[in-house]
Amino acid sequence: MTYTMWIILTASLVSVACSIVGVLLVLRKMAMISDAISHTVLLGLVSAFLITQSLDGLAMFIGAAIAGILTAVFIQLLNSAGVQADAAIGIVFTFLFAIGVILVSMFARDVHLDVEHSIMGELAFIPWTTVDWLGIEGVPQAVWMISIVLVINIILLFVFYKEFKLSSFDPHLAAALGIPVVFLHYLLMGMTSITAVASFDAVGAILVVAMIIAPPATAYLLTEQLGKMFVYSAIIAVLSAISGYYFAAILDTNIAGMMATMTGFFFLLAFLFSPTHGVVIKKIRNRFTTYSNDEA
Amino acid sequence: MLDLLANPNTQWVLVGTMLLGITSGVLGSFALLRRQSLLGDAMSHAALPGICIAFIIVGSKEMLPLIIGAGITAYIGTYLIQAFVKHSRIKTDTAIGLVLSVFFGIGIVLLTYINRNATGNQSGLNEFIFGQAAAMVRSDVNLFVIAAIALLTITFLLFKELKIITFDREFAQGLGLPTVFINGLLMTMIVASVVIGLQAVGVVLMAAMLIAPAITAKYWTDRLDVMVILSGVVGGLSGLLGTLISAPISGMPTGPLIIVSSCSLFFLSLIFAPKKGLLTKAIRLMKLRRSTGDNQVMQGMYEFIEDTDRDTLSFEDLIRVQPLSGLRLQQTIKRLQKRNLLHPSSETYQFTDKGIKAAHQITLNQRMLQMYSMHEMQFAHLPMEKNNWDFLSLPNSEQQPLFELLTKHELFPSVLQERNEDR
Repeated sequence: MTYTMWIILTASLVSVACSIVGVLLVLRKMAMISDAISHTVLLGLVSAFLITQSLDGLAMFIGAAIAGILTAVFIQLLNSAGVQADAAIGIVFTFLFAIGVILVSMFARDVHLDVEHSIMGELAFIPWTTVDWLGIEGVPQAVWMISIVLVINIILLFVFYKEFKLSSFDPHLAAALGIPVVFLHYLLMGMTSITAVASFDAVGAILVVAMIIAPPATAYLLTEQLGKMFVYSAIIAVLSAISGYYFAAILDTNIAGMMATMTGFFFLLAFLFSPTHGVVIKKIRNRFTTYSNDEA
Repeated sequence: MLDLLANPNTQWVLVGTMLLGITSGVLGSFALLRRQSLLGDAMSHAALPGICIAFIIVGSKEMLPLIIGAGITAYIGTYLIQAFVKHSRIKTDTAIGLVLSVFFGIGIVLLTYINRNATGNQSGLNEFIFGQAAAMVRSDVNLFVIAAIALLTITFLLFKELKIITFDREFAQGLGLPTVFINGLLMTMIVASVVIGLQAVGVVLMAAMLIAPAITAKYWTDRLDVMVILSGVVGGLSGLLGTLISAPISGMPTGPLIIVSSCSLFFLSLIFAPKKGLLTKAIRLMKLRRSTGDNQVMQGMYEFIEDTDRDTLSFEDLIRVQPLSGLRLQQTIKRLQKRNLLHPSSETYQFTDKGIKAAHQITLNQRMLQMYSMHEMQFAHLPMEKNNWDFLSLPNSEQQPLFELLTKHELFPSVLQERNEDR
């Protein structure tokens, strides 16, 4: 595989993994939780480093995943203590992120734990750290991690598809039918955390948020069926990743940032020209309807 | 510490961060009450491309053009969020997250492009992502002072209008206020306070400057004017604390420390605020549980005596006649004995003279509540909820119909009367 192919593969895996949890989050009106979790991952990484004094991949992964789930728990706690939802999210993630930044600048300055890097990501470095596993050689570490998370996400989605579907569209009915709504909530938070962590190192927090929110939002404007929404958002996410890479290469600029920009571009297209929900299409259709009424 | 304070650089930074804290605290109050806290997050992220574009056009790091650029793209981002929500079925949280991440992505693209292509002195732009309060110089602070005074003056002059539009937009429209204009103005002011805060705390953490002081203030008051002032004070105080703590430690970032300070003030308020704090609430709940427990045991015993004419209860009787069990029952008995309402014995339980009277009152009140609930229409004029359901403090004329109903249903508590007759 070439250098370019590895980067595109990594970004595509990230985008599909993100768009799966993204569809569920967008439908549950919890999109901003992904923003919170992807930021607090930093605190988890730093804490794991301070405790183990190493940059061991697994310890970092576990630390960050715990931080992600704790974020969700804290937001829930503040919420039930009477703090309005948006403020609870805003307070928790900025507080935890600020502590993360302080810890990095106090204890981990000399280590490869760059705060800026954590936000912007550096896809260009991915193909250089490879790990051999299961007899397969030369596969980048990031690809392994994201593939595993992607598989976990897909399995959980298939196992709990009916439950996720019902509790996303009608949580009260779901609760009345005895579906474990709270368990599903934290399962989704867990999926968001591991996805954010695995993607984080490769693409940075900002692309994680963009991939979680934008492609599902785009798909939401294109279809009325949940199954199709998953497929569409995965396709849009991969398209954004590929086109983002080539634009970044042409302009010689940040790859993750360009991919995030492309997700926004595809959303804008859907917002304007979606056959069912597009603003322009709706306007044209309205004009057409008035026209035919006049004739009649 | 005093040496540091004497340093003019520190003084400028201090003035700058405090001013930022005050303005974002004041305007954050409005954002919070309009449930637009996270909009601030989107605004600050959306400001990044503006900063970069302004730099590309002007070619220098002069503060004013950068801030204007930041303001323009932040405003576009805010407008797009509202447009997405209004013209499609995208929900607010999705629209905010989308604009936030995409604009920030564009910002990173431009920033990397500048870093790789520009020849001059561009390194300072990265500061805007995480903020670098220490880099503030006198001319920056002068700009902040002007901006802060302008924002605070407008807020002061238009306070009434802003208040009405925050709480009841339709009412404001009905009054003939130019709601679209005031709304736009408020949005512009919030954008401005976000933009001038970017240099100190950075894009990522700016949202907290709007949210934390405002929500802290909300725990101490129910009045908007007090809340706005308090929020400004909390914001200023966080700026002060963050700067003072970070100044002596080399390499310690100021922005995150300001955020941690204001969040800590919030956590303290969340727990200790006098009326709405969790501690007060917990104490109130505990007291309520205790007094309910006391009343349940007293009434249960009283009704037992009423039914059986025995005035001593065994522990088994006691368990049967009231709903408490285990530890809570034992604690309640101990408390009642301490209050000299029960005789202090551990095998059998008997009211003292004071106890039987208290139990009579409790039972009477409870049964009056029953009558009240059965005939609620008839007593709808009584402000019982406000009086904490205390029927005994009602004037005699109001009590009389309740007494009549009690007698009619043969529910008037009888133990005390019988005893008096016996004597």
